[in-house]
Amino acid sequence: MSSTKLEVEYVAELARIKLTPEEISTFRSQLEIVLQHVERLNQVDVSHVEPMAHGFPIYNVFRNDEPREGLDRETALENAPRRAQGLFMVTKVVE
Amino acid sequence: MKIIALTAHELLSLLRSRQISPKEVVIALSRRIEEVDPLVHAYLSYDLERALADASSADVSLPLGGLPISIKDVISVQGHPCGCASKILEGYLAPYDATVISRLRAAGAIPFGRLNMDEFAMGSSTENSAFGPSKNPWDSRRTPGGSSGGSAAAVAADEAFAALGSDTGGSIRQPAALCGCVGLKPTYGRVSRYGLVAFASSLDQIGPLTKDVEDAALLMDVIAGLDKNDSTSLPEPIPNFSADLRKGVKGLRIGLPKEYFIEGLDPEVEKAVRTAVEHLGGLGAELLEISLPHTEHALSTYYIIAPAEASANLARFDGVRYGYRAQGSDGLIDHYGRTREEGFGAEVKRRIILGTYVLSSGYYDAYYLRAQKVRSLIRKDFADAFEKVDVIACPTSPTPAFRLGERTNDPLSMYLADIFTLAANMAGICGISIPCGFANYEGKQLPVGLQILGKELDESTILQAGYAYEQSTEWHKAKPPFNPKTERI
Repeated sequence: MSSTKLEVEYVAELARIKLTPEEISTFRSQLEIVLQHVERLNQVDVSHVEPMAHGFPIYNVFRNDEPREGLDRETALENAPRRAQGLFMVTKVVE
Repeated sequence: MKIIALTAHELLSLLRSRQISPKEVVIALSRRIEEVDPLVHAYLSYDLERALADASSADVSLPLGGLPISIKDVISVQGHPCGCASKILEGYLAPYDATVISRLRAAGAIPFGRLNMDEFAMGSSTENSAFGPSKNPWDSRRTPGGSSGGSAAAVAADEAFAALGSDTGGSIRQPAALCGCVGLKPTYGRVSRYGLVAFASSLDQIGPLTKDVEDAALLMDVIAGLDKNDSTSLPEPIPNFSADLRKGVKGLRIGLPKEYFIEGLDPEVEKAVRTAVEHLGGLGAELLEISLPHTEHALSTYYIIAPAEASANLARFDGVRYGYRAQGSDGLIDHYGRTREEGFGAEVKRRIILGTYVLSSGYYDAYYLRAQKVRSLIRKDFADAFEKVDVIACPTSPTPAFRLGERTNDPLSMYLADIFTLAANMAGICGISIPCGFANYEGKQLPVGLQILGKELDESTILQAGYAYEQSTEWHKAKPPFNPKTERI
């Protein structure tokens, strides 16, 4: 773990959140305190420990690959902020 | 008879014997909400007409027939709002029922209202709600805890007979403790999360907040079990929690983790919890000191794992398929950035940033992978402890309810509110908080919670211990002394 300055602006870009300059500086100072606390994990010897991904050791739950009813188109579109011709409308991505 | 003061099991016996109708129950509940909720602000909304319609068709011969159960705003109820107390989901109506809701309906219950919470369940006080905080019914200057603070406050103020909440790091147990009600976090996988808006998928569980332990068992009997729509739900047999309640604590080995009785623990909380544990000893339980050596690392581990998972889960809020969408954006990237800037509150943004950072290229091994390894050690601590004891007893929260605004500018101090609860989520085990006394602050009595942690899939034993304690004490019967007519916000 390094104490590299947390580049909030860059990380916010990765997370697709625009931030105001005030938010960037507040988050930086607040999160640096949190990260300093987190640095304590460096004291733990984890050299022979397996990582654990979730709370109960079950893996690979399968079901038969059979079609079943899902939400119908109208229901799925009900909450869309913009829709047209039975489709979600998205912001233009190609010029 | 004051209907609203009844527990769920008391009310159900009146409903079953037809001394009261489901419709009368719903009307009494809505009157109580009108009376006290302007002060408590536990509800974001409720639909009286729909509840009355459900009441008129309720089958009182079913296990929960005619019982209104209030729902945290993070669990989907078809046709009702499910906004996670966030601006980004304002106006969103759930297109389907969560599995817990279909199970409640099949048992005759009436899903009722939307309870306030910290936005996306991120917080310990409800102060991160986009719609203003809930107030603690024991002292309206204080928070009810969180994130299921609306659920706990509603149950404590007798404006819900029982409620569902979700618990990712203590979000059921901590507010239950601060409001003086019962809150149970089941074993990871015990209750289906289908229809629960995901925060940290390796930690989240749905559970009940109730007026007593018997009610918690009653709800668990209905909501627990395998669900084909949630591949993390466990194919394990479900005991009859209610039938097993009265087994007592004679010979039960209770472990007291020395790492949980530390500096920073409020002296009145410590006294109440120690007295409660001795009381269980008096009922025939055997008390043993144990050690959970990695306790001091639980908070750091949690604040890597939970934000990391949240940053991935909350990527779905893109302003395209549902929810808030920023107006007049300049291209797709700008659309995402502004939608999420305007839609999310500060704590949610803070955690997404933190989570994205610990998962980002060059930091993954140092933060996320290391945290997952420490998580294994925390789980092993509990596995070792449960070789020696049947349950673990400790405080639910290091302090009683804190003041509104006291911790909002200091995220780390807010995170410390969950220091005794979050290890159970990381280990995947179950835990319950039950009222065990009061701490006196500024002339007010503030509830204290006793936390009993159990082995995975062993909810029966923690319910039995809680029930034995409750049957021989009066704490759970205490009502907040507030007068909504004279107290103002």
